[in-house]
Amino acid sequence: MNSRERILGRVREALGPMRGTQVPVPRDYRRRISEREAPTRADVVALFTERVAERRVSVRHVSADELATGIAAALWGREAKRIIAPPDLPFGWLAGLEGVQAQADSPPADAGVLDTLDGVVTGCAVAIAQTGTIVLDGGRAQGRRALTLIPPYHLCVVHADQIVGTVPEAVARLDPSRPLTWLSGPPATADIELERTPGLHGPQILDVFVVED
Amino acid sequence: MTPSFERSSAGTTPSSQGPGAAAGPARDRAPKFSAAARTALADTRQRANLAAATAALRARRAAATAEADDWERLREAGRAIKDLTLLNLDAYLEELEGAVTAAGGTVHWAADAAEAGRIITRLVRDTGETEVLKVRSAVAQEIGLDEALRRAGIVPRDTGLAELIVGLEPGDRPSHMLYPAMHRNRAQVRELFARELPGAPADLPDDPEILAETARARLRERMLPAKVAICGANFLVAETGTAVLVESEGNGRMCLTLPDTLITVAGLEKTVPTWADLEVFLQLLPRAAAGERMTAATSTWTGVTPGDGPSAFHLVLVDNGRTSALADEAGRAALRCIRCSACLDVCPVYERTGGHPYGPVHPGPIGAVLTPLTRGVESAADASLPYASTLCGACADVCPVKIDIPDLLVRLRGRVVESRRRRPVPTPELAMMRTLAWTLGDRRRYEVALRRGTRWARLLSRGGRIRRLPGLLGRWTDARDVPAPPAQSFRAWWESRPGRPGGRR
Amino acid sequence: MRVALFVACFNDALFPGTGRAVTALLERLGHEVVFPADQTCCGQMHWTTGYHREAAGLARGFTEAFGGGDVIVTPSASCAATVRHAYPRIAEAAGDPGLADTARDLAVYELAEFLVDVLGVTDVGASFPHRVAYHPTCHSLRSLALGDRPLRLLRQVKGLELVELPAAGECCGFGGSFAMKNADVSVAMVADKVRHIRETSADVVCAVDNSCLAHIGGALSRLRGGVRVAHLAEILAGTEAT
Repeated sequence: MNSRERILGRVREALGPMRGTQVPVPRDYRRRISEREAPTRADVVALFTERVAERRVSVRHVSADELATGIAAALWGREAKRIIAPPDLPFGWLAGLEGVQAQADSPPADAGVLDTLDGVVTGCAVAIAQTGTIVLDGGRAQGRRALTLIPPYHLCVVHADQIVGTVPEAVARLDPSRPLTWLSGPPATADIELERTPGLHGPQILDVFVVED
Repeated sequence: MTPSFERSSAGTTPSSQGPGAAAGPARDRAPKFSAAARTALADTRQRANLAAATAALRARRAAATAEADDWERLREAGRAIKDLTLLNLDAYLEELEGAVTAAGGTVHWAADAAEAGRIITRLVRDTGETEVLKVRSAVAQEIGLDEALRRAGIVPRDTGLAELIVGLEPGDRPSHMLYPAMHRNRAQVRELFARELPGAPADLPDDPEILAETARARLRERMLPAKVAICGANFLVAETGTAVLVESEGNGRMCLTLPDTLITVAGLEKTVPTWADLEVFLQLLPRAAAGERMTAATSTWTGVTPGDGPSAFHLVLVDNGRTSALADEAGRAALRCIRCSACLDVCPVYERTGGHPYGPVHPGPIGAVLTPLTRGVESAADASLPYASTLCGACADVCPVKIDIPDLLVRLRGRVVESRRRRPVPTPELAMMRTLAWTLGDRRRYEVALRRGTRWARLLSRGGRIRRLPGLLGRWTDARDVPAPPAQSFRAWWESRPGRPGGRR
Repeated sequence: MRVALFVACFNDALFPGTGRAVTALLERLGHEVVFPADQTCCGQMHWTTGYHREAAGLARGFTEAFGGGDVIVTPSASCAATVRHAYPRIAEAAGDPGLADTARDLAVYELAEFLVDVLGVTDVGASFPHRVAYHPTCHSLRSLALGDRPLRLLRQVKGLELVELPAAGECCGFGGSFAMKNADVSVAMVADKVRHIRETSADVVCAVDNSCLAHIGGALSRLRGGVRVAHLAEILAGTEAT
């Protein structure tokens, strides 16, 4: 008998007649953001801005027309001269760049190269207002996970209609077969006396652009 | 219904599951909790570190859970989802295996710690690598993974700051589930780094940010070229075959993204039924564990994704006594645990003793339950764990999945007593408790004892006080005075009341 | 009304003054107190220490002693919690559903909840001109969820100055057999409780469990801490000490 059979056998034996009980799960927790917390759509977006800023992320609101200029200005402000972007990043986003060398991740750059770059620009899949979270799923304009992991600076574009209120709403929208990365601010550690220090791995600096149209 | 003071006939005894790193003769010789606690209590630096750390965590957690106005409903859902999972665990494990396999991963089953070590060692060997990255994982600690790898000539490289700290001091062990180096303050970390970290400057300051940055370079240089990594998982979704890692530091992301081969090791009970169920746990865990709405980085992955991350994914499912706990109708509730450590941070005992007296694997209140549940109560050390509590109940209040830890502790105490009853020679405590029960079991015997007790008390006292109680009870008077013994018991007074209303029945 | 007093074995033996105070208080409020003399012990110590067979025997004895149908009042929150919450588990462990049924029918109240919830009074006409810190014992705080009932009673006591105890909800470290089996940790815990008490400048510490009070009071006394302990009943009865 192999271990698989042994373990499954032990589980069945352990549960005895209780095995198969369908425990009812009460789902009366909040699925959507409360009226009190964010009555309108605009409030949801504002809540996202507030919560993500609390996570030490710099947030800017722009219109679609202003995005390219905004990105260029942010990169300039962060002194990011060599950046990378997923191959399907909308071309227009980087149209305003000057003096910045932007490469597409195609063919995929190896880790050593990524480690020499100043930053990465991506979109996202979903953003969560209540927790100040951005979720990447490797889909449109996001690229593979290594892109947003190794360079020290990540600029992420979030469209206002990608922002949902709560974690349940986000889970419902996301595809679990894709590798997901849920980012709530830059990495941090509190291993020494519980004092928060910037985390060691992953972009230390996160800039978010919220595009409203 | 099986009376709970008899061990359930289902399930196996831990010894039949083979030796694990934490089992066997070493554990049989391990000190009882009270003895280990005495030593820990005298470590004044650790006491100060723990008091400050747990106070800070309590405050953060309280704020984060108070902010969620549906916290109680989330807890109830979390409890129910976990109970559903446990009562259908075989079906969900099979579903999980199918989904992981369909997504390009391979599932391995480890009946005990030794087998888990062998499987993982073989998987690493198969890649030809002699170094592996590791991400904080309680189960990896539990199965003694580091030792198993080293015996096979493979070097495990911890990627977390806390693991680095703990690893620099030989013989040191993690003292907390989420903050394994909690027992060290900044000065101690500075000392360790200056001494043991190659390249660390002699005048290294004890500022946490600088210390972390010093470690960063050393940790990062290991990660970029690595080919194999081993991590744990907070949740495994049966429906989709998805693994979930909740973290703040980012080393998890590094380990599950950069290497070619990823090995995830997790206990059977990490399973949750559906993807939608994560909507509950991704709210419960960050708030209960870290007092945050969401931790800085949470990653989920399913099997293998071509072009993004590892090309080989292995999931090692570990039993190692969990099915013993599962066999216990009441005790299986402990398997709901999502390793948030909220119970540790509110426990007044843990706050003063730290994690080490609880043994090498699970610290704190949940540890005092899980260790005897999975390993039995034969060793003195394991039998002492259910008593390492005043049953104050603070843990049950904060547990995000509503494990009634005090109730489980009392049941385990029952199991300890029953196992001692079977011994040929009764312990002094057993004799005393039997006598006490016999005396209390009959009014007349009780009243005689009361009268005798009053006489003895007056004999023992000097100047209206009892300086020292005899025998075992002397532990009381080691540290506390005992009040002046009363001249008569309550019922003697009641009897003597003139024309007492009500009176005897 | 007629009330059956469950004084609790350790009060009977060591703190009879508390029992006398409860009697005096309830009689002063115009009620009839009876003392079913067959009572001995509710079985808490045996249950929590793991002697579950013996606990079942003691629980049966309790239900027989109090089988008369009277409302039961006790100055021991831990005993009230045992009857209310532990008896069904004791019965289950013993495979004795009859015990569970009988236990369920018992109307047991801790003193403060009896006064506030059943009698509907908070002013019991007491006088106690001292500065008092109230320590909520774990059973009263969590098992019985007494909330602020004891405080509401104390606030109505003439001359009593109620001071807030820092970290009040922290366990004092008694924990029954814990005080013996883990004596060092128990002492470390009471050291902090004593420290918090002394921070308040209270001269009396009040609680609804004499077991905890004996532990706290014993430590205060050993340290010559200058603070004494008093059970809620004794304050409300306006009587003191044994």
